[in-house]
Amino acid sequence: MTAPAEQSAPAPSGGTVLEMRGITKTFPGVTALSDVNLTVRAGEIHAVCGENGAGKSTLVKVLSGVHPHGSYEGEILFGGEPCAFKDIRASEQRGIVIIHQELALVPYLSLAENIFLGNEHAHRGVISWGETMRRADALLKRVGLPDKPQTRIADIGVGKQQLVEIAKALSKEVKLLILDEPTAALNDEDSRKLLELIQELRGQGIACIVISHKLNEIRQIADSVTILRDGRTIETLTVREQPDDEPEISEDRIIRGMVGRDLDQRFPPRTPYTGENAGQVAMAVSGWTVRHPIDHQRKVVDDVSLEVRRGEILGIAGLMGAGRTELAMSLFGRSYGVYEGGTVSVGGRDVLTRTVPEAIAHGIAYVTEDRKTYGLNLIDDINRNISLASLSGLARRGVVDEHEERRVAERYRKSMNIKAPTVHEQVQRLSGGNQQKVVLSKWIHAEPDVLILDEPTRGIDVGAKYEIYTVIDKLAADGKAVVFISSELPELLGMCDRIYTMSAGRLTGEVTREDATQELLMRHMTESLDTSTTTKSATTPAGGTSDKS
Amino acid sequence: MTTTPTDTSAHSEGGAQPPAGSGPGSGSGGASAGTLLLDAVRNNMRQYGMLVALALIVVLFQIWTDGSLLLPNNVSNIVQQNSYILILAMGMMIVIIAGHIDLSVGSLAAFVGAAAAVMMVKHDMPWVAALVVSLLIGAAAGAWQGFWIAYVGIPSFIVTLAGMLLFRGGTQILLEGQSIAPFPRGFQEIAQGFIPEMGPYTQYHNPTLLIGLVVIAFVLVQEWRDRRRQLAYELEVLPFNLWVLKCTAIVAAVVAFTLTLASYHGVPVVLLIMCGLLIGLGFVMRNAVVGRHVYALGGNKAAAKLSGVKDKRVTFLVFVNMGLLAALAGCVYAARLNAGTPQAGINFELEAIAAAFIGGASMSGGVGTVLGAVIGGLVLGVLNNGMSLVGIGTDYQQVIKGLVLLAAVGFDVWNKRRVGS
Repeated sequence: MTAPAEQSAPAPSGGTVLEMRGITKTFPGVTALSDVNLTVRAGEIHAVCGENGAGKSTLVKVLSGVHPHGSYEGEILFGGEPCAFKDIRASEQRGIVIIHQELALVPYLSLAENIFLGNEHAHRGVISWGETMRRADALLKRVGLPDKPQTRIADIGVGKQQLVEIAKALSKEVKLLILDEPTAALNDEDSRKLLELIQELRGQGIACIVISHKLNEIRQIADSVTILRDGRTIETLTVREQPDDEPEISEDRIIRGMVGRDLDQRFPPRTPYTGENAGQVAMAVSGWTVRHPIDHQRKVVDDVSLEVRRGEILGIAGLMGAGRTELAMSLFGRSYGVYEGGTVSVGGRDVLTRTVPEAIAHGIAYVTEDRKTYGLNLIDDINRNISLASLSGLARRGVVDEHEERRVAERYRKSMNIKAPTVHEQVQRLSGGNQQKVVLSKWIHAEPDVLILDEPTRGIDVGAKYEIYTVIDKLAADGKAVVFISSELPELLGMCDRIYTMSAGRLTGEVTREDATQELLMRHMTESLDTSTTTKSATTPAGGTSDKS
Repeated sequence: MTTTPTDTSAHSEGGAQPPAGSGPGSGSGGASAGTLLLDAVRNNMRQYGMLVALALIVVLFQIWTDGSLLLPNNVSNIVQQNSYILILAMGMMIVIIAGHIDLSVGSLAAFVGAAAAVMMVKHDMPWVAALVVSLLIGAAAGAWQGFWIAYVGIPSFIVTLAGMLLFRGGTQILLEGQSIAPFPRGFQEIAQGFIPEMGPYTQYHNPTLLIGLVVIAFVLVQEWRDRRRQLAYELEVLPFNLWVLKCTAIVAAVVAFTLTLASYHGVPVVLLIMCGLLIGLGFVMRNAVVGRHVYALGGNKAAAKLSGVKDKRVTFLVFVNMGLLAALAGCVYAARLNAGTPQAGINFELEAIAAAFIGGASMSGGVGTVLGAVIGGLVLGVLNNGMSLVGIGTDYQQVIKGLVLLAAVGFDVWNKRRVGS
């Protein structure tokens, strides 16, 4: 499907700085990368694109030594020499520095201390502050930060912190800078500054790999883009020959590469719910608005209104940071952020879901996207993890009926096909798919009317995915309302009756099963980023989206 | 601690299967008795290990002291000597399971002992009333600390460190720096007394024999009913001959212990109190909803909250319980000394914490049993007593106890890593 003319053109200036060949990385049960190739030319900005879970982060972790040499197959050539990094330190010594989405700064240390953390200017173990401050000041100027090196990290905003990370990278004599979703948490103004800085660094001969979902930004700054899908390299496209050229490819072209997969997954057939209250609205949310727990200025969920019916599977699509999880968690007992406004009604009656017990009492269940942190007590067994959310139902006068509890767990072990010898197996010894089945069992046993499933198939393999789809279908066939949050579009298309798209905390579209295509959804999920950029940049001169048609 | 997910290849996905629906399948169950037993041992390695260690220590000192360790009067002595630490250790275990720590229990025990002394000696209050008020003071102190920890969110280490100073100071203020004594006979009996003798003269203490029989009957009936119900629910059980072996072992242990006590003064009052606590708290932690919530909170607080556990209330209750137990321990200690003294309870918190960790608690919370705390406490107690009997000085006793704590937890860490990799 790729026009050969668009394949990576030979480098006009300089040779290759980085070559990753045939990288294959597997985790127990999952192949994250399969024969991936990536070539970065000297002094270029190279974007890496792909859906969530396509393998972008794993790829840079392999490159930076987070996954050490030997834990993957394939070879890495940096500056023409083979690399075998055993940790991050080794890759940094060669000039490869990665800046993660979650910044790695110590909030209560100064900018200078953070910049030279682990790399202090010292004589016989005693830090020479004069030298430290002088060099920090120079680095801060280079990245365009006016703040004093003595300022604490906690006292500056996220945008500036991102710049401090870059200053830190520069202090390590960086040759190849890797940025993972650098603008995800930034506002338009900060994003613009950061992108300008990246372009400036290119001028200084520093090559840069940018992982980003924001296609408009990629078009704006990148020289070439490599697209990953399902852990494979799909194609490498040239965006522009010279830094100042207009981009040669459209966002649609990139989207096509990101989603244009063969439908290799199959979905179980749907059994429609035929109960007498079929089609009745099970849960309706109106005007739901939530602010960020720390940064109260930011609305993470902004005026969201939606409804889900009995027997319906409702999808919510969105890219990382769109506010899907935040919406779900704030609905579920205000477990995220600061509640600002909005109402919830279940079965036609307005209800309060201020605490998790209240939400559960009103028949809402939330299956988390992060089962290890928020879903399971890993050191406890299957039995007790399944019963936790419905213990009072298994108890008489505050005393748990252990036999009944075990019988219930045993029933789910069989019906959900949880692969473990007994229900007394510790949950941390199970594979991801089986852990997910335990979490699902827990919430199914709580007998909710509305089940919110957040990335229920994340990090589990194809066979287990099918089993989970079957469970979800059965829930809908039994008249439950299912809200299905997922980053995998084919999954939403294959499973859902209706799909909402979210972006920047807002609902940006509603698509029925018949109309839905990956391209349409992706457009709703990314397009709104542009519109929000353009509406704002109308007031700021020289907004980054000059190519907007 | 180290969580290495999906570390055993044994139960991985089993390959991507073709769509097989959620068919019941065989469930790959049918684990043999051997694996069942192995699993039980592996999952409670520290507790089983400590039970074995306790037995070894007992045998060692029994030989070393030419049999004086297990003489009836010394067994009573060990029970009474360690009673207050064991009571504290049970509460401490629950606190640690919940993911907290309590440094104030020694001071609180001293404070409550002092308050009891003042009430009984200076104000001539009847001892039963003084005991009840003392326990209420303890509960109130626990509620005070629980409030700051659970509802305000100050780390328990800080709150109870403050409490340690606070209650120690309070003790000195109450007692004006002096010991107060003596107590009414009834109060002393809490720590020093035995169940009164009844019935015709036999070689043994009759009520003790009776209690022993009741315990045996109770245990057997309970085991039998458990087994019946598990079979009725088609759950896996130990094979019959192993089950008989288990029951025989329990009965033998109870008989030996009963006869030993019965050939001296009988069952110490404080032993009854401790058994009551062990059974009661053990039941709550294992079977009550609130106990389960404590484990869930300690294991993964975020997940517990998202499962509807009222984290603040549970944490609060854990500290109220600890306060109550600290008060009881304080009363027992004062009764044993027959005086309220400013020096009471020093280092008790450390002994209780050590007992809990030897008995299987984890620094990160979420694991441990009340029985484990008792076993851990007994390891320390028997070591103390045995070393004193053979004439090892308190200086070396400290060194050895320190090494035992380190070895117990070190073994556990090593064992976990070995299983994990």
